[in-house]
Amino acid sequence: MNRFQDIQTDSANGVCLIRLHRPAARNALRTAMLREIVEALEQAAGDEQIACAVITGDERLFAAGADVAEMAGKDMTAMLDDPRPALWQAIDRFPKPLIAAVNGHALGAGCELAMLADLIIAGRNARFGQPEIRLGIIPGAGGIQRLIRRVGRSLASQMVLTGETIDADTALRAGLVSELCEPELTLERAQQIAGEIAALPPLALRQAKQALRLADEMPLSAALEFERKAFVMLAGTEDRNEGLAAFLEKRKASFKGK
Amino acid sequence: MTYQTLLFDVAEGVATLTLNRPDRLNSFNATMHEEMRAAMKTVERDESIRCLLLTGAGRAFCAGQDLGDRDVSPDAEMPDLGASLEHNYNPLIRRIMRLEKPVICAVNGVAAGAGANLALACDIVLAAQSAYFVQSFSNIGLIPDSGGSWLLPRLIGRARAMAVTLLAEKVSAQQAADWGMIWKALGDEELMPAAIRLAQRLAAGPTRGLGLIKRCMLHASEQDLDAQLDSERDLQRLAGRSADYREGVAAFMEKRKPNFTGK
Repeated sequence: MNRFQDIQTDSANGVCLIRLHRPAARNALRTAMLREIVEALEQAAGDEQIACAVITGDERLFAAGADVAEMAGKDMTAMLDDPRPALWQAIDRFPKPLIAAVNGHALGAGCELAMLADLIIAGRNARFGQPEIRLGIIPGAGGIQRLIRRVGRSLASQMVLTGETIDADTALRAGLVSELCEPELTLERAQQIAGEIAALPPLALRQAKQALRLADEMPLSAALEFERKAFVMLAGTEDRNEGLAAFLEKRKASFKGK
Repeated sequence: MTYQTLLFDVAEGVATLTLNRPDRLNSFNATMHEEMRAAMKTVERDESIRCLLLTGAGRAFCAGQDLGDRDVSPDAEMPDLGASLEHNYNPLIRRIMRLEKPVICAVNGVAAGAGANLALACDIVLAAQSAYFVQSFSNIGLIPDSGGSWLLPRLIGRARAMAVTLLAEKVSAQQAADWGMIWKALGDEELMPAAIRLAQRLAAGPTRGLGLIKRCMLHASEQDLDAQLDSERDLQRLAGRSADYREGVAAFMEKRKPNFTGK
Protein backbone atom coordinates (compact mmCIF):
# COMPACT_ATOMS: atom_id res chain seq x y z
CA MET A 1 0.00 0.00 0.00
CA ASN A 2 1.39 3.36 -1.01
CA ARG A 3 0.31 6.04 1.41
CA PHE A 4 2.08 8.79 -0.51
CA GLN A 5 0.84 10.78 -3.45
CA ASP A 6 3.98 12.13 -5.11
CA ILE A 7 6.39 9.33 -4.28
CA GLN A 8 6.36 5.55 -4.10
CA THR A 9 8.30 3.72 -1.44
CA ASP A 10 9.39 0.16 -1.11
CA SER A 11 11.62 -1.47 1.49
CA ALA A 12 13.43 -4.76 1.02
CA ASN A 13 16.70 -6.31 2.16
CA GLY A 14 17.66 -3.39 4.34
CA VAL A 15 17.22 -0.83 1.56
CA CYS A 16 14.48 1.79 1.44
CA LEU A 17 13.64 2.81 -2.14
CA ILE A 18 12.02 6.19 -2.75
CA ARG A 19 10.73 6.75 -6.24
CA LEU A 20 9.72 10.26 -7.29
CA HIS A 21 6.42 9.78 -9.04
CA ARG A 22 4.62 12.80 -10.37
CA PRO A 23 4.87 12.03 -14.06
CA ALA A 24 2.29 14.60 -15.19
CA ALA A 25 4.52 17.37 -13.77
CA ARG A 26 7.89 15.85 -14.79
CA ASN A 27 8.45 15.09 -11.10
CA ALA A 28 8.43 18.79 -10.21
CA LEU A 29 9.45 18.90 -6.55
CA ARG A 30 6.50 20.71 -5.02
CA THR A 31 6.52 21.23 -1.28
CA ALA A 32 4.12 18.35 -0.70
CA MET A 33 6.56 16.04 -2.47
CA LEU A 34 9.51 17.24 -0.36
CA ARG A 35 7.40 16.65 2.70
CA GLU A 36 6.71 13.09 1.59
CA ILE A 37 10.39 12.46 0.94
CA VAL A 38 11.22 13.74 4.43
CA GLU A 39 8.54 11.53 5.96
CA ALA A 40 9.80 8.46 4.12
CA LEU A 41 13.40 9.19 5.13
CA GLU A 42 12.50 9.86 8.75
CA GLN A 43 10.74 6.54 8.86
CA ALA A 44 13.73 4.82 7.27
CA ALA A 45 16.05 6.54 9.75
CA GLY A 46 14.09 5.15 12.66
CA ASP A 47 13.72 1.67 11.22
CA GLU A 48 16.44 -0.68 12.47
CA GLN A 49 15.87 -2.96 9.51
CA ILE A 50 16.82 -0.20 7.05
CA ALA A 51 20.52 0.42 6.49
CA CYS A 52 20.52 2.55 3.40
CA ALA A 53 18.16 4.50 1.10
CA VAL A 54 17.98 4.97 -2.64
CA ILE A 55 16.15 7.85 -4.28
CA THR A 56 15.27 7.74 -7.97
CA GLY A 57 12.88 8.78 -10.73
CA ASP A 58 12.42 6.53 -13.73
CA GLU A 59 14.42 5.51 -16.82
CA ARG A 60 13.90 8.85 -18.51
CA LEU A 61 13.67 11.45 -15.77
CA PHE A 62 14.85 12.22 -12.26
CA ALA A 63 13.21 15.59 -11.56
CA ALA A 64 12.90 18.59 -13.83
CA GLY A 65 12.94 21.15 -11.03
CA ALA A 66 10.83 22.81 -8.40
CA ASP A 67 7.15 23.46 -8.99
CA VAL A 68 7.31 26.82 -10.75
CA ALA A 69 3.58 27.43 -10.46
CA GLU A 70 3.78 26.92 -6.71
CA MET A 71 6.72 29.30 -6.47
CA ALA A 72 5.00 31.95 -8.60
CA GLY A 73 2.20 32.11 -6.04
CA LYS A 74 4.56 33.27 -3.28
CA ASP A 75 5.80 36.81 -2.71
CA MET A 76 8.86 37.78 -0.69
CA THR A 77 7.07 37.56 2.64
CA ALA A 78 5.75 34.13 1.81
CA MET A 79 9.24 33.03 0.73
CA LEU A 80 10.57 34.10 4.12
CA ASP A 81 8.17 31.69 5.78
CA ASP A 82 8.66 28.99 3.15
CA PRO A 83 8.75 25.54 4.79
CA ARG A 84 11.09 24.24 2.08
CA PRO A 85 14.45 25.13 3.71
CA ALA A 86 13.52 23.08 6.77
CA LEU A 87 12.50 20.17 4.54
CA TRP A 88 15.75 20.28 2.57
CA GLN A 89 17.61 20.31 5.88
CA ALA A 90 15.70 17.28 7.07
CA ILE A 91 16.71 15.38 3.93
CA ASP A 92 20.30 16.49 4.46
CA ARG A 93 20.21 15.17 8.03
CA PHE A 94 19.27 11.63 7.02
CA PRO A 95 21.89 9.70 9.01
CA LYS A 96 22.19 6.59 6.82
CA PRO A 97 23.81 6.34 3.41
CA LEU A 98 21.61 7.85 0.70
CA ILE A 99 22.20 6.98 -2.96
CA ALA A 100 20.64 8.88 -5.87
CA ALA A 101 20.01 6.90 -9.06
CA VAL A 102 19.61 9.53 -11.77
CA ASN A 103 18.41 9.09 -15.34
CA GLY A 104 17.49 11.95 -17.64
CA HIS A 105 17.10 15.44 -16.29
CA ALA A 106 18.08 16.38 -12.75
CA LEU A 107 17.55 20.11 -13.01
CA GLY A 108 17.19 22.89 -10.48
CA ALA A 109 15.66 21.43 -7.34
CA GLY A 110 16.16 17.99 -8.95
CA CYS A 111 19.90 18.55 -9.09
CA GLU A 112 19.86 19.96 -5.56
CA LEU A 113 18.05 16.87 -4.33
CA ALA A 114 20.53 14.56 -6.07
CA MET A 115 23.42 16.45 -4.47
CA LEU A 116 22.00 15.73 -1.02
CA ALA A 117 22.75 12.07 -1.64
CA ASP A 118 26.08 10.67 -0.50
CA LEU A 119 26.71 9.38 -3.98
CA ILE A 120 25.07 9.62 -7.36
CA ILE A 121 24.86 6.79 -9.88
CA ALA A 122 23.77 8.14 -13.26
CA GLY A 123 22.43 6.75 -16.51
CA ARG A 124 24.27 7.70 -19.67
CA ASN A 125 21.20 9.79 -20.54
CA ALA A 126 21.50 11.90 -17.38
CA ARG A 127 21.77 15.68 -17.52
CA PHE A 128 22.44 17.92 -14.56
CA GLY A 129 21.89 21.64 -14.33
CA GLN A 130 20.83 24.67 -12.32
CA PRO A 131 18.87 26.65 -14.90
CA GLU A 132 17.24 28.98 -12.35
CA ILE A 133 19.02 32.07 -13.69
CA ARG A 134 16.87 31.85 -16.82
CA LEU A 135 13.80 32.50 -14.70
CA GLY A 136 15.29 35.49 -12.95
CA ILE A 137 16.02 33.53 -9.79
CA ILE A 138 19.00 31.59 -8.49
CA PRO A 139 19.29 28.13 -6.95
CA GLY A 140 18.06 28.44 -3.40
CA ALA A 141 18.58 25.05 -1.83
CA GLY A 142 22.29 24.40 -2.14
CA GLY A 143 22.44 24.45 -5.93
CA ILE A 144 25.31 26.90 -5.78
CA GLN A 145 27.16 25.98 -2.58
CA ARG A 146 26.95 22.23 -3.07
CA LEU A 147 27.55 22.32 -6.81
CA ILE A 148 30.78 24.30 -6.41
CA ARG A 149 31.99 21.71 -3.90
CA ARG A 150 31.08 18.85 -6.22
CA VAL A 151 32.29 20.05 -9.63
CA GLY A 152 34.72 22.88 -8.87
CA ARG A 153 34.46 26.61 -9.30
CA SER A 154 34.78 27.03 -13.03
CA LEU A 155 32.22 24.47 -14.13
CA ALA A 156 29.84 25.41 -11.31
CA SER A 157 30.06 29.07 -12.29
CA GLN A 158 29.43 28.28 -15.93
CA MET A 159 26.41 26.18 -15.03
CA VAL A 160 24.90 28.61 -12.55
CA LEU A 161 25.60 31.80 -14.55
CA THR A 162 24.35 30.46 -17.88
CA GLY A 163 21.84 27.85 -16.83
CA GLU A 164 23.58 25.36 -19.15
CA THR A 165 23.17 21.69 -18.34
CA ILE A 166 25.98 19.13 -18.39
CA ASP A 167 25.76 15.60 -19.76
CA ALA A 168 26.53 12.39 -17.92
CA ASP A 169 30.12 12.14 -19.17
CA THR A 170 30.92 15.65 -17.99
CA ALA A 171 29.27 14.94 -14.65
CA LEU A 172 31.42 11.83 -14.27
CA ARG A 173 34.61 13.68 -15.17
CA ALA A 174 33.77 16.50 -12.77
CA GLY A 175 33.14 14.06 -9.95
CA LEU A 176 29.45 14.88 -9.52
CA VAL A 177 28.57 11.24 -10.15
CA SER A 178 30.60 8.18 -9.28
CA GLU A 179 29.50 5.79 -12.00
CA LEU A 180 27.62 5.71 -15.32
CA CYS A 181 25.18 2.99 -16.36
CA GLU A 182 22.86 2.04 -19.14
CA PRO A 183 19.71 3.96 -18.13
CA GLU A 184 17.72 0.74 -17.77
CA LEU A 185 20.25 -0.49 -15.20
CA THR A 186 20.91 2.65 -13.15
CA LEU A 187 18.46 1.79 -10.41
CA GLU A 188 19.62 -1.83 -10.26
CA ARG A 189 23.22 -0.74 -9.91
CA ALA A 190 22.28 1.73 -7.17
CA GLN A 191 20.32 -0.96 -5.38
CA GLN A 192 23.24 -3.35 -5.71
CA ILE A 193 25.53 -0.82 -4.07
CA ALA A 194 22.88 -0.15 -1.43
CA GLY A 195 22.67 -3.89 -0.77
CA GLU A 196 26.43 -4.10 -0.30
CA ILE A 197 26.26 -1.19 2.13
CA ALA A 198 23.36 -2.79 3.99
CA ALA A 199 25.57 -5.78 4.79
CA LEU A 200 28.16 -3.58 6.52
CA PRO A 201 28.31 -2.63 10.19
CA PRO A 202 25.86 0.24 10.75
CA LEU A 203 27.71 2.08 13.51
CA ALA A 204 30.81 2.36 11.36
CA LEU A 205 28.66 3.44 8.40
CA ARG A 206 27.10 6.20 10.42
CA GLN A 207 30.48 7.53 11.56
CA ALA A 208 31.88 7.26 8.05
CA LYS A 209 28.97 9.17 6.53
CA GLN A 210 29.28 11.91 9.10
CA ALA A 211 33.02 12.20 8.60
CA LEU A 212 32.57 12.37 4.82
CA ARG A 213 29.99 15.12 5.15
CA LEU A 214 32.16 17.17 7.49
CA ALA A 215 34.55 17.80 4.60
CA ASP A 216 32.02 20.39 3.42
CA GLU A 217 31.48 21.90 6.85
CA MET A 218 34.75 22.11 8.74
CA PRO A 219 38.34 23.18 8.32
CA LEU A 220 40.68 20.24 7.76
CA SER A 221 42.20 20.17 11.25
CA ALA A 222 38.81 19.97 12.96
CA ALA A 223 37.52 17.41 10.46
CA LEU A 224 40.65 15.28 11.00
CA GLU A 225 40.05 15.45 14.71
CA PHE A 226 36.47 14.27 14.25
CA GLU A 227 37.68 11.46 12.01
CA ARG A 228 40.19 10.31 14.61
CA LYS A 229 37.66 10.49 17.45
CA ALA A 230 35.14 8.48 15.48
CA PHE A 231 37.86 5.95 14.67
CA VAL A 232 38.73 5.62 18.35
CA MET A 233 35.08 5.44 19.39
CA LEU A 234 34.43 2.56 17.02
CA ALA A 235 37.09 0.57 18.90
CA GLY A 236 34.46 0.26 21.59
CA THR A 237 31.97 -1.56 19.36
CA GLU A 238 31.36 -5.29 19.14
CA ASP A 239 31.17 -5.07 15.35
CA ARG A 240 34.70 -3.69 15.19
CA ASN A 241 36.06 -6.61 17.22
CA GLU A 242 34.08 -9.04 15.09
CA GLY A 243 35.28 -7.40 11.86
CA LEU A 244 38.95 -7.55 12.82
CA ALA A 245 38.67 -11.09 14.18
CA ALA A 246 36.88 -12.38 11.09
CA PHE A 247 39.55 -10.85 8.89
CA LEU A 248 42.34 -12.52 10.89
CA GLU A 249 40.50 -15.85 10.99
CA LYS A 250 39.74 -15.61 7.25
CA ARG A 251 36.01 -16.02 7.74
CA LYS A 252 32.98 -13.88 6.95
CA ALA A 253 32.09 -11.36 9.62
CA SER A 254 28.68 -11.33 11.22
CA PHE A 255 27.72 -7.82 12.29
CA LYS A 256 25.10 -7.01 14.90
CA GLY A 257 24.97 -3.22 14.94
CA LYS A 258 26.46 -3.11 18.41
CA MET B 1 1.43 13.95 -42.15
CA THR B 2 2.33 15.47 -45.48
CA TYR B 3 5.60 17.15 -46.21
CA GLN B 4 6.78 19.48 -48.97
CA THR B 5 10.28 18.10 -49.24
CA LEU B 6 9.90 14.51 -48.05
CA LEU B 7 7.80 11.48 -48.78
CA PHE B 8 7.01 9.58 -45.63
CA ASP B 9 5.23 6.29 -45.67
CA VAL B 10 4.79 3.54 -43.09
CA ALA B 11 3.94 -0.01 -44.09
CA GLU B 12 4.60 -3.39 -42.48
CA GLY B 13 6.72 -1.85 -39.76
CA VAL B 14 8.94 -0.01 -42.24
CA ALA B 15 9.01 3.77 -42.38
CA THR B 16 10.25 4.83 -45.80
CA LEU B 17 11.63 8.34 -45.80
CA THR B 18 12.34 9.68 -49.27
CA LEU B 19 14.20 12.96 -49.70
CA ASN B 20 12.01 14.67 -52.26
CA ARG B 21 13.45 17.76 -53.90
CA PRO B 22 14.51 16.00 -57.10
CA ASP B 23 14.98 19.23 -59.10
CA ARG B 24 17.59 20.30 -56.51
CA LEU B 25 19.18 16.84 -56.24
CA ASN B 26 17.42 16.45 -52.86
CA SER B 27 19.73 18.97 -51.26
CA PHE B 28 18.84 20.30 -47.82
CA ASN B 29 17.15 23.64 -47.35
CA ALA B 30 15.58 25.01 -44.19
CA THR B 31 12.22 23.38 -44.89
CA MET B 32 13.76 19.97 -45.42
CA HIS B 33 15.67 20.24 -42.14
CA GLU B 34 12.46 21.16 -40.36
CA GLU B 35 10.59 18.29 -41.92
CA MET B 36 13.37 15.79 -41.21
CA ARG B 37 13.12 16.71 -37.53
CA ALA B 38 9.39 16.03 -37.54
CA ALA B 39 9.75 12.76 -39.46
CA MET B 40 12.55 11.51 -37.21
CA LYS B 41 10.46 12.29 -34.16
CA THR B 42 7.69 10.11 -35.56
CA VAL B 43 10.14 7.30 -36.31
CA GLU B 44 11.53 7.50 -32.77
CA ARG B 45 8.17 7.54 -31.02
CA ASP B 46 5.95 5.28 -33.10
CA GLU B 47 6.42 1.77 -31.75
CA SER B 48 4.84 0.22 -34.83
CA ILE B 49 7.83 1.50 -36.83
CA ARG B 50 10.60 -1.07 -36.46
CA CYS B 51 12.89 -0.11 -39.31
CA LEU B 52 13.72 3.10 -41.18
CA LEU B 53 14.51 3.09 -44.89
CA LEU B 54 16.08 6.27 -46.19
CA THR B 55 16.36 7.03 -49.90
CA GLY B 56 16.06 9.83 -52.45
CA ALA B 57 13.60 10.70 -55.21
CA GLY B 58 14.77 11.06 -58.80
CA ARG B 59 18.34 10.67 -60.00
CA ALA B 60 20.19 11.79 -56.83
CA PHE B 61 20.24 10.54 -53.26
CA CYS B 62 21.24 13.85 -51.70
CA ALA B 63 23.58 16.63 -52.74
CA GLY B 64 24.06 17.86 -49.16
CA GLN B 65 23.43 21.50 -48.38
CA ASP B 66 21.56 23.52 -51.02
CA LEU B 67 24.19 26.17 -51.78
CA GLY B 68 21.44 28.32 -53.28
CA ASP B 69 20.37 28.84 -49.66
CA ARG B 70 23.66 30.51 -48.82
CA ASP B 71 24.42 34.16 -49.51
CA VAL B 72 28.12 34.54 -50.29
CA SER B 73 28.08 37.93 -51.98
CA PRO B 74 31.02 40.10 -50.88
CA ASP B 75 28.85 42.51 -48.90
CA ALA B 76 26.87 39.77 -47.16
CA GLU B 77 27.66 38.94 -43.56
CA MET B 78 30.04 36.02 -42.99
CA PRO B 79 27.89 32.91 -42.73
CA ASP B 80 27.95 30.83 -39.57
CA LEU B 81 28.12 27.32 -40.97
CA GLY B 82 28.79 26.03 -37.46
CA ALA B 83 25.32 27.15 -36.43
CA SER B 84 23.80 25.22 -39.32
CA LEU B 85 25.62 22.06 -38.17
CA GLU B 86 24.71 22.65 -34.55
CA HIS B 87 21.01 23.06 -35.28
CA ASN B 88 20.45 20.86 -38.29
CA TYR B 89 23.00 18.29 -39.38
CA ASN B 90 24.54 17.27 -36.07
CA PRO B 91 21.23 16.49 -34.35
CA LEU B 92 20.13 14.51 -37.43
CA ILE B 93 23.30 12.40 -37.49
CA ARG B 94 23.06 11.82 -33.73
CA ARG B 95 19.41 10.81 -34.03
CA ILE B 96 20.06 8.32 -36.81
CA MET B 97 23.01 6.75 -35.04
CA ARG B 98 21.25 6.62 -31.69
CA LEU B 99 17.88 5.48 -33.05
CA GLU B 100 17.37 2.05 -31.49
CA LYS B 101 15.88 0.65 -34.66
CA PRO B 102 17.78 -0.41 -37.78
CA VAL B 103 18.27 2.27 -40.44
CA ILE B 104 18.82 1.23 -44.04
CA CYS B 105 20.00 3.66 -46.66
CA ALA B 106 19.27 3.00 -50.33
CA VAL B 107 21.63 5.33 -52.17
CA ASN B 108 19.87 5.68 -55.49
CA GLY B 109 22.19 8.25 -57.05
CA VAL B 110 24.83 10.81 -56.19
CA ALA B 111 25.50 11.28 -52.48
CA ALA B 112 27.57 14.41 -52.10
CA GLY B 113 28.88 16.37 -49.11
CA ALA B 114 26.60 16.11 -46.11
CA GLY B 115 24.42 13.84 -48.29
CA ALA B 116 27.24 11.28 -48.49
CA ASN B 117 27.82 11.37 -44.75
CA LEU B 118 24.11 11.17 -44.01
CA ALA B 119 24.10 7.91 -45.96
CA LEU B 120 27.20 6.60 -44.16
CA ALA B 121 25.64 7.34 -40.76
CA CYS B 122 22.94 4.75 -41.52
CA ASP B 123 23.37 1.19 -40.30
CA ILE B 124 23.27 -0.71 -43.58
CA VAL B 125 24.04 1.16 -46.77
CA LEU B 126 23.07 -0.21 -50.17
CA ALA B 127 23.91 1.73 -53.31
CA ALA B 128 22.93 1.54 -56.98
CA GLN B 129 25.77 0.76 -59.38
CA SER B 130 25.34 4.15 -61.01
CA ALA B 131 25.48 5.99 -57.68
CA TYR B 132 28.63 7.53 -56.28
CA PHE B 133 29.85 9.19 -53.11
CA VAL B 134 31.80 12.40 -53.12
CA GLN B 135 33.23 14.35 -50.20
CA SER B 136 32.74 17.57 -52.15
CA PHE B 137 33.55 19.84 -49.20
CA SER B 138 37.13 20.58 -50.23
CA ASN B 139 35.93 21.86 -53.63
CA ILE B 140 34.49 24.89 -51.83
CA GLY B 141 37.06 25.22 -49.06
CA LEU B 142 35.16 23.34 -46.37
CA ILE B 143 35.82 20.33 -44.18
CA PRO B 144 33.87 17.06 -44.19
CA ASP B 145 30.98 17.47 -41.74
CA SER B 146 27.92 15.51 -40.66
CA GLY B 147 30.17 12.92 -39.08
CA GLY B 148 32.28 12.35 -42.20
CA SER B 149 35.62 13.01 -40.55
CA TRP B 150 34.76 10.51 -37.83
CA LEU B 151 33.14 7.85 -39.98
CA LEU B 152 35.46 7.76 -42.98
CA PRO B 153 38.74 6.84 -41.25
CA ARG B 154 36.86 4.15 -39.35
CA LEU B 155 35.20 2.78 -42.46
CA ILE B 156 38.00 2.93 -45.03
CA GLY B 157 41.16 3.80 -43.09
CA ARG B 158 43.09 7.04 -42.84
CA ALA B 159 44.91 6.84 -46.19
CA ARG B 160 41.74 6.54 -48.25
CA ALA B 161 39.85 8.95 -46.00
CA MET B 162 42.51 11.61 -46.49
CA ALA B 163 42.57 11.15 -50.27
CA VAL B 164 38.83 11.19 -50.79
CA THR B 165 38.34 14.25 -48.59
CA LEU B 166 41.35 16.30 -49.79
CA LEU B 167 40.77 15.48 -53.47
CA ALA B 168 36.96 15.31 -53.41
CA GLU B 169 37.25 12.28 -55.67
CA LYS B 170 34.16 10.43 -56.67
CA VAL B 171 33.91 6.97 -55.14
CA SER B 172 31.72 4.65 -57.19
CA ALA B 173 29.21 2.40 -55.47
CA GLN B 174 31.32 -0.62 -56.38
CA GLN B 175 34.50 0.97 -55.06
CA ALA B 176 32.68 1.95 -51.85
CA ALA B 177 31.53 -1.65 -51.39
CA ASP B 178 35.01 -3.01 -52.14
CA TRP B 179 36.52 -0.67 -49.55
CA GLY B 180 33.96 -1.55 -46.92
CA MET B 181 32.51 1.94 -46.90
CA ILE B 182 29.05 0.51 -47.59
CA TRP B 183 27.46 -2.93 -47.35
CA LYS B 184 26.62 -3.64 -51.03
CA ALA B 185 26.45 -2.21 -54.52
CA LEU B 186 23.46 -3.47 -56.48
CA GLY B 187 22.13 -3.09 -60.02
CA ASP B 188 20.10 0.10 -60.42
CA GLU B 189 16.88 -1.81 -60.92
CA GLU B 190 17.64 -4.18 -58.08
CA LEU B 191 18.31 -1.50 -55.47
CA MET B 192 14.85 -0.59 -54.21
CA PRO B 193 13.35 -4.09 -54.20
CA ALA B 194 16.39 -5.37 -52.31
CA ALA B 195 16.31 -2.46 -49.85
CA ILE B 196 12.61 -2.98 -49.19
CA ARG B 197 13.06 -6.72 -48.65
CA LEU B 198 15.89 -6.06 -46.22
CA ALA B 199 13.88 -3.40 -44.39
CA GLN B 200 10.88 -5.70 -44.06
CA ARG B 201 13.07 -8.49 -42.77
CA LEU B 202 14.59 -6.23 -40.13
CA ALA B 203 11.17 -4.79 -39.23
CA ALA B 204 10.07 -8.34 -38.38
CA GLY B 205 13.18 -8.84 -36.27
CA PRO B 206 13.83 -8.59 -32.53
CA THR B 207 13.82 -4.77 -32.54
CA ARG B 208 14.88 -4.41 -28.90
CA GLY B 209 17.91 -6.60 -29.48
CA LEU B 210 18.73 -4.91 -32.78
CA GLY B 211 18.53 -1.52 -31.07
CA LEU B 212 20.88 -2.74 -28.34
CA ILE B 213 23.35 -3.91 -31.01
CA LYS B 214 23.43 -0.34 -32.30
CA ARG B 215 23.98 1.04 -28.81
CA CYS B 216 26.73 -1.51 -28.21
CA MET B 217 28.56 -0.63 -31.44
CA LEU B 218 28.34 3.06 -30.62
CA HIS B 219 29.85 2.44 -27.18
CA ALA B 220 32.63 0.44 -28.84
CA SER B 221 33.67 3.43 -30.89
CA GLU B 222 34.04 5.51 -27.75
CA GLN B 223 35.70 3.23 -25.19
CA ASP B 224 38.47 0.70 -24.63
CA LEU B 225 38.13 -3.09 -24.49
CA ASP B 226 37.75 -3.23 -20.73
CA ALA B 227 34.89 -0.78 -20.68
CA GLN B 228 33.36 -2.41 -23.74
CA LEU B 229 33.35 -5.83 -22.08
CA ASP B 230 31.43 -4.25 -19.21
CA SER B 231 29.02 -2.71 -21.71
CA GLU B 232 28.48 -6.07 -23.38
CA ARG B 233 27.65 -7.54 -19.99
CA ASP B 234 25.10 -4.81 -19.29
CA LEU B 235 23.52 -4.75 -22.73
CA GLN B 236 23.32 -8.54 -22.91
CA ARG B 237 21.61 -8.45 -19.54
CA LEU B 238 19.01 -6.13 -21.05
CA ALA B 239 18.68 -8.16 -24.24
CA GLY B 240 18.18 -11.29 -22.19
CA ARG B 241 15.14 -9.70 -20.59
CA SER B 242 13.40 -9.05 -23.90
CA ALA B 243 10.35 -11.07 -24.89
CA ASP B 244 11.99 -11.66 -28.27
CA TYR B 245 14.95 -13.44 -26.68
CA ARG B 246 12.58 -15.97 -25.12
CA GLU B 247 10.70 -16.30 -28.39
CA GLY B 248 13.94 -16.70 -30.34
CA VAL B 249 15.21 -19.48 -28.12
CA ALA B 250 11.81 -21.21 -27.97
CA ALA B 251 11.46 -21.09 -31.76
CA PHE B 252 14.99 -22.49 -32.16
CA MET B 253 14.24 -25.38 -29.79
CA GLU B 254 10.92 -26.07 -31.47
CA LYS B 255 12.52 -25.83 -34.92
CA ARG B 256 10.08 -23.18 -36.09
CA LYS B 257 10.35 -19.59 -37.29
CA PRO B 258 10.35 -17.05 -34.46
CA ASN B 259 7.51 -14.59 -34.23
CA PHE B 260 9.17 -11.45 -32.90
CA THR B 261 7.16 -8.56 -31.53
CA GLY B 262 10.06 -6.16 -31.17
CA LYS B 263 9.68 -6.09 -27.39
